Amino acid sequence: MEKKDAVIIGGGPAGLAAAVALYKDGIQNIIILEREKNLGGILRQCIHDGFGLVRFRTTMSGPEYAKQFIDEIQEFGIPYKTGTAVLNVSDDHIVTAASPAGIEKIEAKAVIFAMGCRERTRGALQIPGERPSGIFTAGVAQAYMNLYNRQIGKEIVILGSGDIGMIMARRLTLEGAHVQAVYEIQSVPSGLPRNIQQCLDDYNIPLFLSHTVTDIRGKGRLESLTVQKVDEYMKPIPGTEKEHVCDTLILSVGLIPENELTLDAGIALDVRTRGAIVDENCQTDHRGFFAAGNVLHVHDLADYVSLEAESLAASAAEYIRKGILAECVIPVTYCSSIHDVVPQRVSGTKDVVLSMRVNKPLLNCTISIMQNGKQIAMKQMKKILPAEMIRIPVQRTAMSSSGTVEVDII
Amino acid sequence: MKKEITCIICPNGCSLEIETDSSGNFLSVSGELCPRGKGYAEQEVSDPRRTIATSVRLLGGELPLASVRLTKPVPKVRIFDIMKEIRSVKIWAPAVTGTVIIHNILGLESDVIVTKDVAEIKQE
Repeated sequence: MEKKDAVIIGGGPAGLAAAVALYKDGIQNIIILEREKNLGGILRQCIHDGFGLVRFRTTMSGPEYAKQFIDEIQEFGIPYKTGTAVLNVSDDHIVTAASPAGIEKIEAKAVIFAMGCRERTRGALQIPGERPSGIFTAGVAQAYMNLYNRQIGKEIVILGSGDIGMIMARRLTLEGAHVQAVYEIQSVPSGLPRNIQQCLDDYNIPLFLSHTVTDIRGKGRLESLTVQKVDEYMKPIPGTEKEHVCDTLILSVGLIPENELTLDAGIALDVRTRGAIVDENCQTDHRGFFAAGNVLHVHDLADYVSLEAESLAASAAEYIRKGILAECVIPVTYCSSIHDVVPQRVSGTKDVVLSMRVNKPLLNCTISIMQNGKQIAMKQMKKILPAEMIRIPVQRTAMSSSGTVEVDII
Repeated sequence: MKKEITCIICPNGCSLEIETDSSGNFLSVSGELCPRGKGYAEQEVSDPRRTIATSVRLLGGELPLASVRLTKPVPKVRIFDIMKEIRSVKIWAPAVTGTVIIHNILGLESDVIVTKDVAEIKQE
């Protein structure tokens, strides 16, 4: 059986960055396995501008951002296989993958999960009504338009205010379609404010909060749908029905980390992030299994995905060399205003960045990180939105090697 | 007069409160975390500009499209003129990132460049 120091599952922003960083660190017996025909992951279809501001200090499109890493992969000759889907990862570090060449097994010292996430669909929302064509998730619509040159519709309604949905609202408008409105069931937008500005406001596309689609009609193709206002419990309010005659409904209603392989390997997931529970090394509860990027928790920016994967690579390199990493037994807990925090465990002996999201918008507050009754890090913020991932560095010199780390908002 | 907008320069997305005089001239801005926010606010009041990204038809390539973008922001009101101009262009594979396909589009001092490498389709 082929043996590798690291097998990286997924060739998107996380997998590419992890591979390049490992290689530069001297861990060169590695391979990336990617199920699509090309490297780049979702970046291939994200042709809009705005990538790279954090990681490369300049703005570029998704394909250009991916190219920064792919060029290095090619320059160094880092092995990768496209058209190769990983079927299983066993507890004893054997990765089974299928490609047109057949089934292969690779034994890996470190398995790196970088599978990204997938979109929630109509089925997950259980929207009542008929089942015509013309209903797409935002990412699928984006692939049709930006990769395959397909016009997906002319009269569009968008459900969900996720970033990809808003970006598609602009994209469709530029291509001559009419985006009638964007509806969001929650009382706050789920995408970033700058996308509301540059994708919706710029093109006079209205955004209605606390609204959802409650009926879908169409024989063959979508013909019309009903939207309704919802109450504070997200239940549709009778009498608020509004009809849209349209041929296309786009859903931008959330992303789910793609963790089937992780679960099959018996690795524990966090119910909030839906990604693996990890320590400060991005190591899961199974030794030698690491995760970073959107498979770990859904990020707001691709730049942070790459940065997280690069930090994973530094730890994975240490693990590959030593066979073990410092134990991380200190749990990270958080208050009720916070939705999730990654990592979930730390050692207290290493600098760490805590990434978190809040449950609802907050104004003028301080995120305070405490251990043993002492503040070990903090960040003051004028405004915090659930759409944003907040990252707070904690220095090892401020931490103790025992005592729960608590994240509070004051 | 006061106006609230969101700065689109970076992912911080600062809420800017802009104050203008009676004829719409920029007076002041607050809420920005960095100097670029002030520049954006001034620009937005006098001459709002955006960059756009789209695709052009690619002939003989592994994909039917090559993605493109503007190298510099252009007046917002000209976006649809620019889309029309870009739509008239077809290029042949291979598409190479960075290639200028329209120089100085509509005289607006912005170029249209390819943002994706797409290989030629292999003949079977």
